[in-house]
Amino acid sequence: MADTLRDLAERCTRLLGPESVISDPVRLRTYECDGLTSHRASPGLVVLPETAEQIAAIVRACGEAGVPYVARGSGTGLSGGALPRTDGVLIVTARMRRILDIDIPNQRATVEPGVINLDVTRAARPHGYYFAPDPSSQQICSVGGNVAENSGGAHCLKYGFTAHHILACEIVTPDGEIAELSRDDPGFDLLGVFVGSEGTLGITTKITVRLTRLPETVRTLLAAFDTIGKGGDAVSAIIAAGVVPAAIEMMDALSIEAAEAAVACGYPEGAGAVLVVELDGPDATVEHQFAQVERLCREAGAFEIRVAADDTERALIWKGRKSAFAAMGRISPAYIVQDGVIPRTSLGEVLGRIDALSRESGVRVANVFHAGDGNLHPLVLFDDSVPGAQERAETVSGAILDLCVEHGGSITGEHGVGADKARYMPRMFSDDDLDTMQMVRCGFDPAGLCNPGKVFPTPRLCGEVPGVRKGPHPLVAEGKADLF
Amino acid sequence: MLPLDAFAKVCADVRPGEDADQVDGLTPPVVAAPATLDEASAVMRTAAEHGLAVVPSGTGSKLGYGRPVERCDVLVTTRNLDGIIKHSPGDLTLHVEAGLTFEALRETEADGWGQHLALRPPENGTIGGAIATDVAGPGRLLHGSARDLLIGITTVRADGTIARAGGKVVKNVAGYDLGKLYTGSLGTLGLIVDATFRMHPAARAVRVAVVTDDPGRAVQAVLHSQVVPRAIEIDRPAGSDETTVAVEAETETPDETSARLHELLGGTPAPEPDWWNRLPEGEVLAEIRSLPARLPEIIKAVKDLPLRGSAGAGRLYTTPDYTTPDGVEELREALKPIGARVVLVRAPLAVRKSVDVWGPLPTLPIMRRVKDQFDPDHRLSPGRFAEGV
Repeated sequence: MADTLRDLAERCTRLLGPESVISDPVRLRTYECDGLTSHRASPGLVVLPETAEQIAAIVRACGEAGVPYVARGSGTGLSGGALPRTDGVLIVTARMRRILDIDIPNQRATVEPGVINLDVTRAARPHGYYFAPDPSSQQICSVGGNVAENSGGAHCLKYGFTAHHILACEIVTPDGEIAELSRDDPGFDLLGVFVGSEGTLGITTKITVRLTRLPETVRTLLAAFDTIGKGGDAVSAIIAAGVVPAAIEMMDALSIEAAEAAVACGYPEGAGAVLVVELDGPDATVEHQFAQVERLCREAGAFEIRVAADDTERALIWKGRKSAFAAMGRISPAYIVQDGVIPRTSLGEVLGRIDALSRESGVRVANVFHAGDGNLHPLVLFDDSVPGAQERAETVSGAILDLCVEHGGSITGEHGVGADKARYMPRMFSDDDLDTMQMVRCGFDPAGLCNPGKVFPTPRLCGEVPGVRKGPHPLVAEGKADLF
Repeated sequence: MLPLDAFAKVCADVRPGEDADQVDGLTPPVVAAPATLDEASAVMRTAAEHGLAVVPSGTGSKLGYGRPVERCDVLVTTRNLDGIIKHSPGDLTLHVEAGLTFEALRETEADGWGQHLALRPPENGTIGGAIATDVAGPGRLLHGSARDLLIGITTVRADGTIARAGGKVVKNVAGYDLGKLYTGSLGTLGLIVDATFRMHPAARAVRVAVVTDDPGRAVQAVLHSQVVPRAIEIDRPAGSDETTVAVEAETETPDETSARLHELLGGTPAPEPDWWNRLPEGEVLAEIRSLPARLPEIIKAVKDLPLRGSAGAGRLYTTPDYTTPDGVEELREALKPIGARVVLVRAPLAVRKSVDVWGPLPTLPIMRRVKDQFDPDHRLSPGRFAEGV
């Protein structure tokens, strides 16, 4: 361990006590990756603080030592946003797990960042409320991580993303101050830009979330189509009718096959695509719209429609969809999950192009996606024991992102850019766009120590005049600064 | 070369300012109205080259927001940037130029779109103005404000650089969400040129109003019910013990929802409110931001002042006395124990010069550092927001 890190470890031990500091190389390896296991780096040091003041002290210590730091919640992120630095400190918020307040009259809860997403809902449910953002990892992911990533989920078509449900955040700024960002603050919306900044603008230590009324009625149906095109037509028809379902999810034949093998969800045989549509809200409105959705699915060519009669049947319909990623193990030794987004109206065309890409390259691609908002999760399958297979899969995966950008979409809908997709950012944004985003970064974190290397491909140094950059930065050449 | 000539070289619609163009009593020497993104960029670059202070403007309806500007060398108006770039009904998105007025948008929407931008600011103005001042109207309760509906934004920075963030799709987490940063930025971070929004289907809705002596209970009853209110508004005239509570809810079964709302609200049924989404009359207008459950305490604390606005969303308007310079501070003091903030929305120039418009700004140090990055020479709407921003 380098001297700087050793000194820092001692300082953190004095601040937090020995049980909250990990420097043993074997134990450090536990933290070497998040949910994106293809990127690994053993952190230089791991700390497990329990208060905002402790985090502020750690951040100040890192600042003084010039050591980078990365915050981590439950480590379920899928873009390597919590990928540690071997020369840095990993600040894990897992011990900050208290739900501090449930305030029903004002429809909000205040929680520590390590609180599990689903635990907020569990605490609110007896009062008739829940926390709406529902990423698939909601049983283990932390609210702090949701804030960092602006997490989505199956139901964000109607209810929006984490950003829409965060009312205030207490944060530790990169200069080690504790600040409160609130939606009620006059002036530019710092809270809005902080949510989704992937841990690069500070570390959240307390979060006030909006609680949403549990709906009076939830109705779910499964519609089977012989082709994915017909499924897409049904989605368009539902949206055109002015219905905004809580969720519209689609799976293609290959992902149905995998889910069937893994959890025997019993989806209709011979389906080229299945659509899961869920409506929620007041009884009468849901009944009215549900009849509309059923009719529109039939008109689009659904050969079978199953309506969940109760919670058990509803869970069964969702089981296949929710297990889809994990189920890929049944049909492929390894896979890459993509998170591209396209305008919903380009669904048919883009899926056709993905299919062509797959056929040309011989790389199988299964499609599972949030059809309502055009968020594709193509699963690019490969056998990691075959030399060159991973590279071929990555090429196809990159080409899919190009397709999304070409159609006016995005390289990531909910997983974040992180370490994984930083190199794709220039496909979506110009240098000027990225420089402008960097200005926010420089305002919050002029030293560039807060989760460096994430989101942006090659960030400029704060203070540097934006423009053409040639050769190494003078400060880098002199050894006075590092480009993270 | 005179700055006016320099601007005329890069922008077709440039003229010297007149009295009618005054911003906070200052007549801008140059008024530029770019018609394209390139012109907008060139105007901003020219202003930068000459070290001139720029005040972005739409229709000019909200130029009285915030503190008075200290300089105004160039008024950049977006009135020639007033087009609808693309409406994609199947994607529920709308891409518009910042100078498009709400009046024009509403007229176009009414032409069979079947969907709408869920922003209804109380006064006409432009899309860019609604972003820069974060006004939303009663629908704030269900749909939030511009920050919640924006999915992409194009801006021109102080030095003329064109910068885009977000995109054209609703679901997108690539890069920082600068649209949110520009929400409430009051022309201090850059010129907003165009914006893309998420649209909502024009759902059927009902509006129900009652008069009650217990508005706190009525508002809470609706908030926690199974009705999905789009807006919960109140109006309480100065000194009155009675408050009108009006609720707008989206529903496919209007009669049933209407009956349900009356049952929840109690009180005496009242006619369709003529004050719906209208700011209270008064030279000084202040916004009270608070938790919705503190409504009864606020009503009591400002008994002598009129109160109107979005009780469900915790945003109320009042018209404090300004005959004494301490009127706003007295209001602030009275509401402090309730945890409510007071922001001065509109006031005569003399009042805005002498009172604290914003109240406490705990995040000011961060805002200053962000401002220094975006506008290092402090040339954009200088003085409009807080000290150093």
